[in-house]
Amino acid sequence: MSDVALRMEHVYKKFRKGEMFNSLRDLIPALTGRMFRQQELSENDKREFWALQDISFEVKRGEALGIIGHNGAGKSTILKILSRIMKPTKGSMAVNGRLSSLIEVAAGFHQDLTGRENIFLNGTILGMTKREIESKLDQIVAFSGLEEFIDTPVKRYSSGMYARLGFSVAAHVDPEVLIVDEVLSVGDYLFQQKCMDRMKEVTRAGVAVLFVSHNLRSVAEFCTRCLLLERGRLAMTGSSNDVISRYMSSNRVVSEQDDSKPVVVSKVCVRNRHGESVRFESGERAWIDVEVTARRPCTKMAIVLYFKDDSYYEVFNTSTERLGYGNFSLEPGDTFVCTFELRMNFASGAFRPLVAVYRYDTQTLLDRWESSACIYVGSASDVRGAVNCFPEVVRHEVVRATVGSSH
Amino acid sequence: MRELRRYRELLYVIASRDIKVRYKQSIMGFLWAILMPVLIVMAGVVVRYAYSLAAHTPLKTSDIAGVAVRSLPWTFLVSSIRFGCNSLILSNKELVTKIYFPREIFPLSAVLSSLFDFAIASGALVIVLAATGTPWSRYLAWVPVLFMTVVAWAIGVSLVVSAASLFFRDVKYIVEVLLTFGIFFTPVFYDVRMFGDKAKWLLLNPVAPLLEGLSDCITRQQPPNLYWFGYSLGWAVVTLLGGYAFFKHLEPAFAESI
Repeated sequence: MSDVALRMEHVYKKFRKGEMFNSLRDLIPALTGRMFRQQELSENDKREFWALQDISFEVKRGEALGIIGHNGAGKSTILKILSRIMKPTKGSMAVNGRLSSLIEVAAGFHQDLTGRENIFLNGTILGMTKREIESKLDQIVAFSGLEEFIDTPVKRYSSGMYARLGFSVAAHVDPEVLIVDEVLSVGDYLFQQKCMDRMKEVTRAGVAVLFVSHNLRSVAEFCTRCLLLERGRLAMTGSSNDVISRYMSSNRVVSEQDDSKPVVVSKVCVRNRHGESVRFESGERAWIDVEVTARRPCTKMAIVLYFKDDSYYEVFNTSTERLGYGNFSLEPGDTFVCTFELRMNFASGAFRPLVAVYRYDTQTLLDRWESSACIYVGSASDVRGAVNCFPEVVRHEVVRATVGSSH
Repeated sequence: MRELRRYRELLYVIASRDIKVRYKQSIMGFLWAILMPVLIVMAGVVVRYAYSLAAHTPLKTSDIAGVAVRSLPWTFLVSSIRFGCNSLILSNKELVTKIYFPREIFPLSAVLSSLFDFAIASGALVIVLAATGTPWSRYLAWVPVLFMTVVAWAIGVSLVVSAASLFFRDVKYIVEVLLTFGIFFTPVFYDVRMFGDKAKWLLLNPVAPLLEGLSDCITRQQPPNLYWFGYSLGWAVVTLLGGYAFFKHLEPAFAESI
């Protein structure tokens, strides 16, 4: 008995682009027309493309593998092939054990049925027996937090309630292989956390999980290994941190060389004490050199430095003006050079530096620069979240309850 | 084995969903199952009355009983095919693209839920037949055999039209037209006997010998014509097996084409 739960070998998938004949009304004239014009057939053949090319990977029991990539990179196609909704054009795949997919968890719901009836319906669709559902019904309802509304038709549910009920059913399937596609984007923060905890729990119990998400933070938190897909090809396989930083660096928006701008950020360099670097230890000192060149006279400018996290949330920003260095003015051809020194007090994760030049008094953005690579911060101690507050336990003891009566 | 049991359970669950939804939506509830047959029987009575006026023969109760006996399986067939036709593209579109299990569950559950309506309606019919004094006969043993052939035929056609309508959007309109006018080419309102030696042309319709046979066994206390029954059975088996093969052949392309 191997411990490989799921394997894909050299899988290819071809799709046809464009409109096919989807009604007899179109097909019959086209067929008769084709008898006279032979070339139309070959033209039809050209309209196809490979959604997946030569994909191979495997997932072991108890392992969570993340799949990341841009929209259209082929993530969902992989999941659909694994869940047997689609057949690969070439190649083979094997799934050992009961597979359950959290793709559109509420897919099996019927609007007119009550929450309870839908639990049975969706549970059966997801592969549970009636007896299993009956024994877990209370758990499922409790997990969804919808006790009051369980006998209400789901058409009266809010979209959040709908998705919560769907996830609750799916989370109780007890699969051996679990496929999760972007389902955690529903529900409020607390429910999302509940779902993550549940997924970690099943992984620990030996379930192989395949996790697809655009939320890189949860991928990093949940998966040890990741695949990066680019246009249907496997661009990279490796530890989640490496793959995520590679993905984020392929994400960049290059500031276009636009002559209409009066000033441009001509150079940004991030370094540690040894030189240019993208890897930092949490708390390590970093220097960021910025060069700004003027094309036309500009006055009252300031440089702003930002850090954004992997979900583009701004976690830090500062500026030369606010740091008390006032503003500067440039004549055409002049260059302004400055260096920020700061400490990377981030918890481990990937962060992206951004630099912008503002005209300070009118708050107009003159130019901005986005890092082509993100900075990866690693931390020796296990701290989570966005910042590292360098915690230490300075006192710990167990205070025993006094046994017996005091004299 | 576990797979098989699981999918059988799924079939029941989906069929019962279809039934529940159908009865929840209509104010009349279970009367819905009887409404269609009652309308058809009433139409049949009108047609039969017109015949008897034209032929100057009295309208017999057994004739009306015959119309009733034939209209139930016909309604079952029509509703199976109609629901079957929409089973992949309307009612379960989400499931077809999102979750895997054998897709034949959808047309099969359409047939199964129509069977439920049929059971209610035939319960009502049995009461009516008993009340009008239709005698028992040993030929009633043929009824399940004949009806199972109708079911096989319904499943076969549902498999074909459900898959075809997924690929060609206008199939469902064509099916709708055929179902609406099919009643004129099928002996529901009339007996094929009325056509004398041209009857065989009408019996070429594979459903016709089955409806005739049912009415023979129930209202005329005589066995069905075995030769024509064999013909229908052959059609039913071919449609069922062919329909299943056709469905399974196209199944891998369902999710991409829907």
